[in-house]
Amino acid sequence: MDYFQIFSIIGSVVLFGLIINFIRLGILKEKYSVLWIACSLAILVLSVKKEILDYIAAFLGVAYPPSLLFLVAFMFVLLIILHFSVVISIFHEKNKILAQEITLLKNALREAGIKVNGEGRDEK
Amino acid sequence: MKNPKILVIIPAFNEEANIKGVLSAIKTHLPQADTVVINDGSVDSTARIAEQAGVVVLNHPYNMGIGATMQTGYKYASRKGYDIAVQVDADGQHPADQIEKIIEPVLKGRSDLVVGSRFLGTGDYRPSLARGAGMAIFSGVVSAIIKERVTDTTSGFRAAGRRCIDFFAHHYPDDYPEVEALVLLHKKGFSIMEVPVRMRERGGGKSSITPIRSVYYMVKVLLAIFVDLLKKV
Repeated sequence: MDYFQIFSIIGSVVLFGLIINFIRLGILKEKYSVLWIACSLAILVLSVKKEILDYIAAFLGVAYPPSLLFLVAFMFVLLIILHFSVVISIFHEKNKILAQEITLLKNALREAGIKVNGEGRDEK
Repeated sequence: MKNPKILVIIPAFNEEANIKGVLSAIKTHLPQADTVVINDGSVDSTARIAEQAGVVVLNHPYNMGIGATMQTGYKYASRKGYDIAVQVDADGQHPADQIEKIIEPVLKGRSDLVVGSRFLGTGDYRPSLARGAGMAIFSGVVSAIIKERVTDTTSGFRAAGRRCIDFFAHHYPDDYPEVEALVLLHKKGFSIMEVPVRMRERGGGKSSITPIRSVYYMVKVLLAIFVDLLKKV
């Protein structure tokens, strides 16, 4: 077992532990953890079972198998970032809808004769 | 349509210099209509001036851009049951005496959306070379897509009927809403029509659009149009 392998095993175990702990503490939603868990498990498996890595590397024609590990990790990172962009876009849309509802609600309250904070003169 | 409920929607962002004149002109020329000003997070006294003019003012909690601002207006129109919604810019570009012209085809049920065009008929609008070229390209692309001639795709002087109001309340483009809305409406099978109108030059005329910037703007709008074509609505 070489240092690279030991290092990547430790790294992926620590990553996996961190993810599980974040989920346990409730600061990472399960919904957003799937890709992370898949990523850490994939790297863990490829690090422990070196034969799989060698086999795939030979199949793909990668001369230095550990570099395949980088490729796998990099693709996961790309996927995760793409996922974030999608999530941000969804949030953007929901945020817009919320702000519009607040705008209309403030007006409805005013129509009902209820003074709303942050409306009109005392704004700014 | 008997006694149609008409709403004039005015999106405003820091328009304290022009809003008063625009509102009083609308009151004069279109006394039967209600007016709503959507204040998109202005930091000047736009909201106060509009309130003093006695119109409904909807205040966005922060600046959300023209697309979301127009949509707030359409949501208001839809919920209050208006038959016709008219978009009028707060900068005084769209003369109030021209509103009747764009409302009429909607009233008669001839079109779901009517766009006031500066280029049709006897308009004397002469854009700069770069601007004119860009507008011609938009016009060509949009006309080809919706299979109907649209000469003034960026015009924000529009009247929408009931069906169109309800659609906009749920779907309104964010980035370049004037051009994109045409493509979306066409995809949903709404009818679009242009009528000639006269517009005023923007007061002050401090156009900051350089040729390079207008090319960049054009590319972005064209991209947005093609994305809209791919989109599932």
